[in-house]
Order: sequence, then C-alpha cells, then structure tokens
Amino acid sequence: MLRRFAVIIAVLIILWQLVVWLTQAPAFILPPPYDVGQALVRHFDEIMFHASVTMVEIVLGLLLGCTIGALSAWAILRFRHVRNWFLPVLVASQALPVFAIAPVLMLWLGFGMGSKIAMATLIIYFPVTAALYDGLRNTDSGWINLARIMGASNHTALKYIRLPAALPSLGSGLRIAAAIAPIGAVVGEWVGSSTGLGYLMLHANARTQVDLMFAALLVLAAFAVFLYFGIDYLVKRTVFWQSETNLETT
Amino acid sequence: MTSVALKLSLSYGNECIFEDFSLELESGKLVCLLGKSGSGKSTLLHFIAGLLPSDVARGSVVTDDEIPLGGRIAWMAQQDLLLPWLKIIDNINLGSLLRGNRTKQDRDQAQQLLKDVELEGVENRYPHELSGGMRQRVALARTLAEQRPVNLLDEPFSGLDASTRYQLQGLASRLLANRTTLLVTHDPLEALRMADQIFVLDGRPAQVASPVTPPGDPPRQLADSRMGESYTQLMHQLNHPEVNQHAA
Repeated sequence: MLRRFAVIIAVLIILWQLVVWLTQAPAFILPPPYDVGQALVRHFDEIMFHASVTMVEIVLGLLLGCTIGALSAWAILRFRHVRNWFLPVLVASQALPVFAIAPVLMLWLGFGMGSKIAMATLIIYFPVTAALYDGLRNTDSGWINLARIMGASNHTALKYIRLPAALPSLGSGLRIAAAIAPIGAVVGEWVGSSTGLGYLMLHANARTQVDLMFAALLVLAAFAVFLYFGIDYLVKRTVFWQSETNLETT
Repeated sequence: MTSVALKLSLSYGNECIFEDFSLELESGKLVCLLGKSGSGKSTLLHFIAGLLPSDVARGSVVTDDEIPLGGRIAWMAQQDLLLPWLKIIDNINLGSLLRGNRTKQDRDQAQQLLKDVELEGVENRYPHELSGGMRQRVALARTLAEQRPVNLLDEPFSGLDASTRYQLQGLASRLLANRTTLLVTHDPLEALRMADQIFVLDGRPAQVASPVTPPGDPPRQLADSRMGESYTQLMHQLNHPEVNQHAA
C-alpha cells in the first residue's frame, strides 16, 4: 500500500515536470515541482497553521454531518410523518448548490470557523442520510420475519439487525462524505475568511506566489487522501464480515 | 405439547389460494406438507407464523389449549438467516437477545445445542467462517434454542448438497423428535425420511389428499425396501392432482 503510494506520487511528479519542460510554461503559470517543494519548506509553519484550521473544520463538519445525518435517517425510518413531509424537502434542498448558500452562511454565522463547519456539514449531510436510510430500509425480509417471530421490540430489532445490516451502506456514504467534506470547507474559506488553506491559496494567488498556492493545494490533497483511506480502513474493520468482491475474477 | 388444528381461507390479490382448507398437526409429531413450487405451501407456513398481513389472509389457527400461537413458534427457513456480525453463540441465542432477556442459562444451553448439532468449539467464530452445512446446523440449533411448542420449517435443507442434506435430515429428525413440527418441502425423499405424516398439497384452491404414513420411525433409511410403496403413493399424488380432488 505504502509502496504503491510512493510510486503513484513519483509518477505524478515526473509527469508534472515533463509538462513543465514540454510546454515551457512560465513559473507563474505552472511552477516546477522543485519550486513548489521549496515553497513548502520555506512557508512550512504558515501552511501548517492554515492547514490545521481547515482540518479542524473538515473533521468537525464530518462529525456533525454524520451525527445529524444518522439521526435524520433514523427519524425518517421510524416516523411516517417525518418520511412523508421531510423527505421531499430533503431531496428538494439538494437542488440548491452549497456554493450558492455560502454567502448566506457567512452572513449568519460570521467570518470565522462556524460558517465553514456548517458548509462541510451541509455538503455531507445528504449522502450520509440517504445512504443510511437506504441501508436501514432494505433489511433482508427473512431477518425481519425471524425477528418478528422471536418477539423482538423495535429497539432490539434496530440494535441487533437493522443497524448492523445498514453499516455497509452507511460505509459507502461515509466514503463519499470524506471525499467531499474538504470541498465544503474550502469553498467556505474562499467566500470569506482570514485563515485556512482556501484563504491561503486565494491570498497567494493574488500576490502571484503561485508556488505557495501549489504547496497549499498539495497539502490539502494529501489530507483529503489520508482522510479517505482512514475512513475506508475504519469502515472495512467495522464491516469485517463483508469480504471484498474479487475484482480480478470478474 | 400442543396440537394445532388450522382452518383457513386465503386469497392473494384476486386469486384464491386456500378455500376452507383444514389441516391438523398432531402433538409431538412431524407433519410434512409436500408440494411443487407455487403450490402455496410456503404461503401457508407464513400464515401460520402470522407473517401475512390480515387483509390478504383470513383464517383461524386453533390450538388444543386455546392459547393463540403468536409467540409460541420457532422458524427455520431455507436461508440460514444467521447474522454475520454476531458470533455463533449469539446467533443461537438471538431470540433471547431480541427479547432482551439473555441469561447465563441461555449461553449454557447454546453450548449444549452446539454439541447436539455436532459443532463443538465454534461458539466464538463468525458465520462467514463456516460452510453452508455448518451454518444450517447453527440455524437448527437456534430454532431448537427457542424451545417453542410448534416448529415451522420452510424447506430448511433445499440449499445444501445431497450428502450434507442427508446428514442434516437425520440430525434434525432426531433433535425434533416429540416436538410438534410442520415441515414444508418439495422433496419427496426428504418427506419420507423425516415425516410422521405426509400431506401432498395441490390444486387451486389448494387441497390435500389423505395423508401418507410411511412405515417405521424417522429418520428412516431411504434404502429400506418398505419405502418403495410410500414413494410410489407420493409420486402418484404429486403427478395426478385430479386424484387429490376426489380424495379431498
């Protein structure tokens, strides 16, 4: 796994350098990898400070989005009125791009972290809710019959059967959430902030410090990849009974 | 011990599947309902288990002690229905877990049942680590752990290979002895091996012919020469529905 990562990164850097040589692009359009590496070292403290802000926003957004999403999915499943009245609203709300409401959030929640956490929360809320609700709804009818015959209560059936049965589906939702949560946070920072990687990139771009902008971008990408594989690992460990489909044989 | 008499009319959509149908399960006996696919045998079993919504199924199930059957049956299906996230011992104790009252006794009983189904030592494994035959043994243990007056078995061995099926039929037959059981199957040999009484289900609305009672006690050896006559009888009823209608 680690070796594969190293190979992928090496190949990407070589391709990058090749593009720089072939196109003869000036450094303020596409800085060569070496310059970006230097910028990363030179501005390390500054980048790490802004990165830590963005990471906190993303992680808190993930936690909030998953918690609210899980509660919503349970409420939609459990209460008919919530299903009938709230579900259409939920779907309709997805027609509204998060980008479009970013300024409104800024207005309401201010310039600081709150609005960015809200953005990340909003952008992952729907995939998490939809995935968990689907998982909870599509429990094998054989299991449900067995639970009814055995005299299960709603609570115990949820605990021992519906919820664990929904975990693989929830896992897919979480993977998507991990991949898109950084979008929410960074868009929030672009719209208005004085900290975070999104802010740093805009700021560097305005001062034509393109190498610094690329360095910030690299750190963001690295964190996003780390987050995705971290969550993927946790999901696989939790859903241990799901053997991976053997892709080679199909 | 409970004997169960059931009478029902049942329609699904516009189709009448059972009309004034009646069947008696004698206390402590294994009754087998034999029928082709689509004969309504599985629907009947779901009705007895109370799994059909009341607007499609009208009918009554009468027990000799006049206590309703709800909460007094155990269910075993063709799929083992083991929960992949629970250890084998928790799967066997699923009933008590779902009712929120598992005790040390239940655990001990589960261990004993694992011995009975010849699977000692797998209590802390997970279902995906076991073969199909082993999993169905666990399902049998889970059914027995319920200790219910009536056991309903819906083609429990259909998914297994022939030799595993044969072993499990023998095992289940011994462990279910003296428990009121209704077994539904499409396999005449399974019926002959396990049942005290066999009813062939056929037609629309479904009827049963007079029961076939194979000689000797289950589990029977299919090589037994006396089986031939019962087998012929069953195959005749299965293939000549008009005979059933007269007999019924």
